[in-house]
Parts: sequence; structure tokens; C-alpha cells
Amino acid sequence: MIYFDNASTTKMSKQVMEYMYEFMNKNFANPSSLHSIGFEAEKEITRARKIIASAVKADPDEIYFTSGGTEANNTAILGAAEAYKRRGKRVITMNIEHPSVTDSFKELERRGFEIVTLDVDSKGYVPIDELENAVNENTILVSIMYVNNEVGTVQDIEKIYSVIKNKNPQCVFHTDCVQAFCKHPINSRYADIITMSGHKICSAKGIGAMYIKNGLRVNNLHFGGGQEKGFRPGTENTYGIAAMGKAVEIALENMESNYKRVSEVKNTLMHITNKLEDVYVNGDAEKGSPYILNLSFKNVKGEVLLHALESEEIYVATGSACSSRAKEKKKIVDYITEGRGASAVRFSFSADNTVEEAEIVVESLIKNVPLLRRFIPR
Amino acid sequence: MKNVLLVKYGEIAMRGKNRYLVENRLIKTIIKRLDKYPGYRVYKEQGRILVVNEEGEFDYDTVIPIVVNILGVTAVCPGIEFEDQSIESLRKHALMHFKEHFPNGGVTFKVITRRSDKRYPMTGNEISADVGGYILHNIDDLKVDVHDPEIQLMVELRNNAYIYSKLIKGYGGLPYGSSGKATVLLSGGIDSPVSAFLTARRGVEIEAVYFDSPPYTSERAKQKVMDLAERLSAFTGSIKLHIVPFTETQLCIYEHTPPEKMTILLKRAMLKAGEKIAIGNKSHALVTGDSIGQVASQTMEAIYAIDSAASIPVLRPLCSMDKQDIVDIATDIGTFDISIRPYEDCCTVFVAKHPETKPKKSIIEAIERKIEGLDALIDKAVENSETVEF
Repeated sequence: MIYFDNASTTKMSKQVMEYMYEFMNKNFANPSSLHSIGFEAEKEITRARKIIASAVKADPDEIYFTSGGTEANNTAILGAAEAYKRRGKRVITMNIEHPSVTDSFKELERRGFEIVTLDVDSKGYVPIDELENAVNENTILVSIMYVNNEVGTVQDIEKIYSVIKNKNPQCVFHTDCVQAFCKHPINSRYADIITMSGHKICSAKGIGAMYIKNGLRVNNLHFGGGQEKGFRPGTENTYGIAAMGKAVEIALENMESNYKRVSEVKNTLMHITNKLEDVYVNGDAEKGSPYILNLSFKNVKGEVLLHALESEEIYVATGSACSSRAKEKKKIVDYITEGRGASAVRFSFSADNTVEEAEIVVESLIKNVPLLRRFIPR
Repeated sequence: MKNVLLVKYGEIAMRGKNRYLVENRLIKTIIKRLDKYPGYRVYKEQGRILVVNEEGEFDYDTVIPIVVNILGVTAVCPGIEFEDQSIESLRKHALMHFKEHFPNGGVTFKVITRRSDKRYPMTGNEISADVGGYILHNIDDLKVDVHDPEIQLMVELRNNAYIYSKLIKGYGGLPYGSSGKATVLLSGGIDSPVSAFLTARRGVEIEAVYFDSPPYTSERAKQKVMDLAERLSAFTGSIKLHIVPFTETQLCIYEHTPPEKMTILLKRAMLKAGEKIAIGNKSHALVTGDSIGQVASQTMEAIYAIDSAASIPVLRPLCSMDKQDIVDIATDIGTFDISIRPYEDCCTVFVAKHPETKPKKSIIEAIERKIEGLDALIDKAVENSETVEF
């Protein structure tokens, strides 16, 4: 099996699985319990919080656990907008965000906020000058994703942050870093709120985290027993938190070598553009994230190619797994190209992948794509 | 006294000498469906089928939904059975039944009595009046309405006495399997499951065929059809689904056909493959979900050009129905929500943007004859088909 769908989710690594299993065996307690085993569970959370804080160069106090990336994005956007709505009602995003961001902005629109959606260029970059023009004294929130989940475009977060703060120092900047977390360097100096997720870095599903800059107000969406300083109540997902802490620890240690490794895998796969006619890279072919390669094969429907590859146990995606269930099927590729969305296939990598696997996939594409091109829609 | 379920069935009564065969078929089906619930006995008594539990409490919440879905059943009535047919006993039991089902009163009712034992000292009307008066006297806030009552309390005197008041409607039709066998082409859309259901409701045993075209159709699309077949088995008891690998056949037709004629030739190939399966399983007809004029391949001209591909009859139960009527039935039988699952239909690669609406049969047949090896491919597809039973 060749798994090139790591942007959807990753396989839990053996080390993380063993760590989590050991912790589950050892401690099932509620971290809020006053007894000693409760305290042991709390210590595990503290440990994970420290590691995650170090991943974004933040203070552990600034890290809050959530059920995952979607909840973190929802909370960041709705919570920050509600907290600062007296200052203004203008909020800004771009047109190639994850549905959990896009739909949160739609919700803000229903609540009477003024939404500005910036259109990205043909490589997926948000135009900095337009962003600068869009930010005014009424702007309370900007949300721009760091690494795009479908095409891998890496935004210049430092630049974006400084442009926003120069125009309006009080404007909150949120960035969805789910695809960048532990893969690309993230510095909390350049963001007010950061979204992170566990299952994209070989941890368990159902666990994520938010960085919220000290002193910033974000309204909570959940109410209850006071966990996470009352910001995110509910008994902590101790097993998930333990797994995420361990996964981050391992990923941080290997961030550079992983980056190099997946770059080689991606570059090998990229050879397909020279070996087959009419194959296009969606996004930025040179500077995109090495973790994601989005290709369009002219006259081949993405989903058909996906199923053809699947019969050889090669697993890829056509778009974001989170939007493949949605009825309205506009992919991010449709926003940055002229009609290449239907033929787009996303390959996304992890450090587990090898150059040999990429070579096998290239061979498989060389075999399958011409076969499928015999039958073009007419 | 014990709780019973009276099962009413309709058209069977008209079947003359075959009647008992058909009744027994229905009884057998009910027994089979209740098999995993211990204690239930099903038997016939003077034109009624009765279900009782001889070991414990009658679990109406479980049994009614099962029996009411069985094809051939027009209605079921939960009620009580007791031996003592004296007027005192009838009064007492009727009141008890009424109190149990309508404890708060506030309804209009009438009593209807049927008696097969004409030696009974009172007439049916006298019994109704007596029992009705007794109930009226003992429960507050009741009214008798003989013309349009909200509740009809039925008193039936046979070998035993029966009292019931609720009637839960079934789908009617004929007992499954009492009218021969047919093979249904099941696509995963809204129409074909309805077509399958309506055919089965006429007592026809059905088997289903699905044409699978990986990688153009996905595993999820196949699962959808399997789920539809499973849903249909709630009415038929069980159902066989034949999954025919059709990619090669489709590609062969694609390569030898002008785009606008593709669909017609494809449907002919499906009828041919379907017929092979039908003959193999001793079906006497094929069934499709065609509805006249719905899409290009469902015009009269198209149906005419497609039909000659099969030599056994092709039934189209939905041919005269409007889409909304079909959707209503699909919703009622629980297939609609499965049919509309949003899995991308990759088959679009095989469908022309502008298919022909008035194909000429002679031209279609001429093109088909020229496609070398098509029949062999269809044979191979049928040979390689896989069968799943639900």
C-alpha cells in the first residue's frame, strides 16, 4: 500500500501508539479529580501543553486543547469576532480557506458582520496590497491559512502579520496552521490565534489545539466545568492529548529531516510532468509545501484516476476530504485555475513515504493516465 | 384472554382454488420473518391470519413493523382473543381494551360486531348497541358517532371472540413469490428501487442486477446499491444482487459508437446481460425503472430502440408515473435517502452531452452488429459477476 493522502490524515506512528497505549493502561483518571491519579493525568496534560507551546514558540499558558482543527477554527473566528464586535464589524478572509473557516465566516455574515473575501492569485497567494487596502480601523479580524490544504501554497505569514498590524494594531490575526504544524516553522510572534491539529502529524484523531496570545479576548463556544481555564470545558481528552504531545515531540525533533525527505518524494513524483503530456501543477510548483503536490491530468477526471490508482493500492485524494461530502463541489483548484478542478488529484506526503514509492506511483500514472484518456467526455 | 395480531390481506380472496396456496405462502413468510423472536405462532382461522405469542408478552412494537411491511398484507390490527362469548364477557373485555388504548376518552366511537355463529342469542346490531352503551356508561367524555367515528371498535365472534380497534395499513398487493419471478436492473438512482418494490408488491419474486464500472464508478456507489437491495429485503424477506463488472463492455461500446447513440447501445447491452442473468435464475421478465420522457433514453422512440435487445418481456412499472409520484413512494419505502447519497456518479464519462432523443432502431441495431466481440464481452461480464444475498 502506498498512502499519499497524508493531508487528509496520517497513520498513527508506532511510537505514538505505544505511548498512548501505555498511558491508557497506566492512567484513566479525570485530570480534575483531586486524588493523586487525577493529578498524574493533569501532569500528562501539562507535559503535552509545554511541548505544543514549544512547537509554536509560545507560552504553555497560551495553548488550549480542542477536539480538533475544525473546532479551533470555529472558536477562533466566531469567538474573536464576538469579543471585539464593539470595535468594528469588518472581518477579512481569502477564498481558498478550509470549509471550517469559510463556513464560520458565513455564520458571521448571518450575524451581521461585514465580510471581505480576498481572491488569491493563480498560485494561491493572497495579494498583499489588496489585504493592506482591505484592513481599516473597523477591521477586527483577519484569517489567512498558512499552508493550503489542497494545493500546498505557503503564505508569507510574517509579511501578512506586519501589514495588518501596521494598518490596525488592534486587528486580530488568526491563521489555520493545520497543514503547517510541525512541518513548517511557526512562530507565534506573527499570529494572535493559531489552529493546530493532532491527526495530521501521526497522532490520534479528535484532538487539536489553539494558540491564543496572552491578553487577547476570544469568547468561548462551550460552557461547563471550567476546564482549560473555562475556555473549553468538558473532561479533557487525556489519551488524545498524551498522543498529540508525543507526536509533536517526535515531529519537532525530526522537522528538518522530514522536510528534506518529503521534498525528495515530491520531487520524484513531480517527474511525471516531464513524462506525460498535459500534466499541470496546481499551486506554486517551486515554492509550494513539499508535503503537498496537486496535479491536474488533462481529460482525466480526478475521481476516476483516484479509483484507478486505488485498484493498485495507491491512495490519493481529489480535494479536501472535508469538502468531498459537501454538495457544492467547488475545489480550491477551481479558484486558482481555469477549469482544472475536475481533473485535479492531490498527493500528500509524510515522513513515512519513500522515493521508491513515488517512483512506483509515477510508473502507475504513466500506465493509467493514457488508458483513461482514451475515454474522454464528449 | 391473550393479545393477538390480526393480519388482513386483500386480493388473495379472489384467487379461487389457488387461494389456500397463496394464504399458506403468506403465513410462511410471516413465520420466517418472526423466526428469531421466540414464542410467536402464526395460524389461519376463518379467513384471517392470526399471530399470537404462546410463551410470553406480545411485543407489538417489534412485531407490527415487521408484519406490516410484508407484501400482501393490507393491514394489521392489534387486539385480544378470548373464549367466553357471553354478553357479559364481551362487555368486560371491550371496556378493558378501550381503557387500555384510549384511557383519556375524548373521542367518538362506534361498535361493529361480526358473528359467524348465527345461533348466538343476539343479533350483531344488538351486541354492538349493548357493548357500546356499556362503554359509554363507564368512560367519561365519550360520544357515539355511527356515521364517521374516530374509533371503530370491532367485536368478532368466531370459534373465539376477538376485539380490536386499531388498524395499521400495510402495502397490500400479493404475497411475495406468489406470481413468478423477475430480474430488476438496479442502478442506485431513485427510480429503480421503486420499480423493484412495485413489482415485488404484485407478488413477483425479484433478483437484482447492478452494473459496476470501476474506476469510473466508486466502491461507495456500489455500497449504495447494496444498501438499496438490503432495504428492499425488508419487504421481500431476502434478495439476491448480482454485480456485473461492466467497464470493458462500456469502453468497447464507447469506442465504436457515435456519442449521441452511446446511451441507447449501453442500455441494450445492459438488457442483454440482464437477460442472461434472468434466464439463469428462471425469471420470466426484466424490470427497469424507466419513466417515459424523463431523460433522453426514455422517450418512446428510445424505448422502442432499446427493447428489441431482450427477447423476454421488459416490464417498466414506472412508465406512466411523474417524478414526484416516484419520489413519494421512494420516501415511503425508505429508499429515497439512500438513493440521493452524494457519491459522484463517475459514469458521466459515458454519457454524451446531447444524447439522441429519437434514435432509429434499425440504425442502432446496425451499429451494434458491427461492434466485434461485444456479445463475447457481455458473456464474460455475466460470467464474472458476483452475487450477494441480503
